[in-house]
Amino acid sequence: MLHTINKSPYTKNSLDTCLRMAKEGSAILLIEDGVYAALTGSEITSTVETAMKKHTFYALSADLEARGIQDRVIDGIKVVDYAGFVDLAAENSGVQSWL
Amino acid sequence: MKFSIAVHEGPYTHEASDTAYQFVTAALEKGHEIFRVFFYHDGVNNGTRLSTPPQDDRNVIKRWSELAEKHGLDLVVCVAAAQRRGIADADEAKRNGKDADNIAPGFRISGLGQLIEACIQSDRHLTFGD
Repeated sequence: MLHTINKSPYTKNSLDTCLRMAKEGSAILLIEDGVYAALTGSEITSTVETAMKKHTFYALSADLEARGIQDRVIDGIKVVDYAGFVDLAAENSGVQSWL
Repeated sequence: MKFSIAVHEGPYTHEASDTAYQFVTAALEKGHEIFRVFFYHDGVNNGTRLSTPPQDDRNVIKRWSELAEKHGLDLVVCVAAAQRRGIADADEAKRNGKDADNIAPGFRISGLGQLIEACIQSDRHLTFGD
């Protein structure tokens, strides 16, 4: 299952909710303000790094670049473009959009 | 693969209309089919042809209309959400006694059943917005 997160972890609890519900081995894609969860050295970093032991994390390149944080992404988070987003949606068994 | 999309957010609110548009474009480029794009809640504001953004800004509504014309996309606006927000085609305007309609080219107004059908008929469904 692919989970998408489109809100910052500092404004909404959609990432927390996703992490509570997602089955081990899920793919989690950070988009829009959700990419702030990919930021290294932040308050949320350790939460994401712990979750990365169970899930594969991705972040959308255009949204990282729009916020100027493309060079400060947590090691191990895979950066994908829109074509990569489409591939993730197709390859996984379904998509859960957390809003 | 068949995709259906729901947009729940207005065109210039956050980023949902942009992400949905970019996703749809990328999926079409890869040869996937877009079964339907359903505009719900404030997302219905993506369907007004009276939107006039500054010339150096992206024109979210026109972009949808052009993509629909190029690829024969089915862009559906939820009727109940549209009535609340003043989005009407000629039939809806007449039915509700309004003096004008404002639906953008390529969009049509229909009911929530179209969203359910899109979910059933598609391999994947994605929601963008709030």
